[in-house]
Amino acid sequence: MRRLTWFNATSLTLGFAFLYIPMLILIIFSFNASKLVMVWAGFSTRWYGELLQNEAFLSAAWTTLKVAVASSTIATVLGTMAAYVLIRGGRFWGRTLFSGMIYAPLVMPEVITGLSLLLLFIGIGLDRGVLTIVLAHTTFSMCFVSVVVSSRLVSFDRSLEEAALDLGSTPFEAFRLVTLPIIAPAVISGWLLAFTLSLDDLVIASFTSGPSATTLPIKIFSSIRLGVSPEINALSTILILIVTIGVLTASLVSKRSSLKMQADERAAVRN
Amino acid sequence: MAQTVFEPWNDPDQEPLIQFRNVTKRFGDFTAIDNLSLDIFEREFFALLGPSGCGKTTMMRMLAGFEGVSEGAIYLSGKDIAPVPPNKRAVNMMFQSYALFPHLSVWDNIAFGLKRDRLPKKAIGDRVSEMLQLTRLEKFAHRKPHQISGGQRQRVALARSLAKAPKLLLLDEPLGALDKKLRQDTQFELMDIQEKTGTTFVIVTHDQEEAMTVASRVAVMDEGRLIQVDTPAQIYESPNSLYVADFIGDVNIIEGHAKKSGDGYDITFAEGQPVLHAKTSRDLGSAGKCYLAIRPEKVTVSAEKPEGRTNLVKGTILDIAYLGNLSTYHVKLASGQIIKAQTANTRRIARRDLTWEDEVWLSWTETAAVVLEV
Ligand SMILES: Nc1ncnc2c1ncn2[C@@H]1O[C@H](COP(=O)(O)OP(=O)(O)OP(=O)(O)O)[C@@H](O)[C@H]1O
Ligand SMILES: [Mg+2]
Repeated sequence: MRRLTWFNATSLTLGFAFLYIPMLILIIFSFNASKLVMVWAGFSTRWYGELLQNEAFLSAAWTTLKVAVASSTIATVLGTMAAYVLIRGGRFWGRTLFSGMIYAPLVMPEVITGLSLLLLFIGIGLDRGVLTIVLAHTTFSMCFVSVVVSSRLVSFDRSLEEAALDLGSTPFEAFRLVTLPIIAPAVISGWLLAFTLSLDDLVIASFTSGPSATTLPIKIFSSIRLGVSPEINALSTILILIVTIGVLTASLVSKRSSLKMQADERAAVRN
Repeated sequence: MAQTVFEPWNDPDQEPLIQFRNVTKRFGDFTAIDNLSLDIFEREFFALLGPSGCGKTTMMRMLAGFEGVSEGAIYLSGKDIAPVPPNKRAVNMMFQSYALFPHLSVWDNIAFGLKRDRLPKKAIGDRVSEMLQLTRLEKFAHRKPHQISGGQRQRVALARSLAKAPKLLLLDEPLGALDKKLRQDTQFELMDIQEKTGTTFVIVTHDQEEAMTVASRVAVMDEGRLIQVDTPAQIYESPNSLYVADFIGDVNIIEGHAKKSGDGYDITFAEGQPVLHAKTSRDLGSAGKCYLAIRPEKVTVSAEKPEGRTNLVKGTILDIAYLGNLSTYHVKLASGQIIKAQTANTRRIARRDLTWEDEVWLSWTETAAVVLEV
């Protein structure tokens, strides 16, 4: 292994400092005893305690969680189906259009997605609440799932499905018993991706949420406008912790199992 | 009991199990199968032989239902199979790439097809054990495909396709990765299964010895066409073309000019060499350029000039290849041709009397050589 040169070490330090110092400051000040945000008055977990008493925050957190679980699950089902059709469907009429349209939300500005969904919901007379946020999040996160799953499907050996059909399974059984178990890691990381996307979405949620349901990012954002409180610092620290754990697990799970699966597949299929 | 010869292809009343009728298969503008017609009968062990890329796997895939035909039709028991999806065909295929399910154990791989038939648990268990025993995989039942060797994987693929005892079994190079001993055992095993179950086998192989051992008939293919379809003996003894003669087994090819004479042809092949004679019922059309194909084991080598042989040439030994049970002599004629002659080594040290640079006589009977059109 090559040793770190003076130059590399410096740029690494600078880069990481740039990325993490803001978060570090936030975490440190979440343990500040003082009510004044930027004045250090000794270590305390007081704000964490107060956070647990704060009904508004807790209900927003609960809503966020519900929305994230529901929307990422629906998005995973739809996204996987879309990916499967795109990769396996052969050449059907309008395939190119379909694949282009599936990936469009990836590059679409969130404001536009949010606004158009808002207009749709008003148009069909749907009251804004948990349901509308779930629908909106499903819409924009399913294309991410679809990208993740289809990249796995591309490298999937088709003859495995053929073998399943040959042995008498219906196309759906072949998918359920052979394809799905093998691409499961990609599907799981798609779900985790959709989950985190939903968890920290502010823009689309603020278009589609109503007075009856507020998500955590919206709550934080609106309370910041009244001034940063140490409580927010504590909440953000908890969020950072959750996201970190989530991301680490996701990448570990998907990396380990996709490596293993690929090795399995290579071994099973000669050449 | 009257022993009847199994030759359904010579019986006009027999209805073929599989009929290819003018089948053409194109991939884009590449023609993989070219206007091919073929009948395969029930209980046959049909071998497809041919160089890489000649369309063997494509024929299998059309039978299994993974590829449609571009033109023509395939009939199974008299019915056009085009509209039948792969999972509804009484056909199982062993894939050239094995296509084992990586997430399932050997046991579950073999049981996969049986479970799709909703058989009772007990029946599935029994059948899988039977298959494991047949392919000698009992010890590996609970391993995953990536935890076993290449040859073992091949046997799993074979067991999986055999498990359902289908009406038609397609084996795409089923034994390529096995060592010679195991391969022979499995060949006999396959023939045994075939005797017992009456399954029809279509097998692809690169190994002509294998085709000769197991097959009732052999089809030699080239570039999507059938060159010759016949029994192994016929293919070997009377190939219909230079391509087939050259493809199957070792052969001496002599180029010459044929002239009709009696019940065969007289062939002149070089200045100063005697005229050869080959008996044949085949009509070469207008006499002219031809090839004479002679199997090395039909050429007799002798130190003294033998009496009363129709075809007799003289040469010097260039090389002797000792193969244990056989020896092959490479003999160079005065006119430059090299002819291989093979003799069985029945004595402990073969033919002590012949060695390099010796002058020898080569001879063969008038039925030993096959005259082929150019
Ligand atoms: N899906 C496909 N698309 C285009 N060309 C194909 C396709 N499948 C096969 N071919 C071509 O058709 C020809 C016949 O292929 P096939 O797999 O039947 O050969 P094969 O006789 O089984 O050869 P091998 O002995 O190497 O397995 C080859 O030239 C191959 O490149
Ligand atoms: Mg092949």
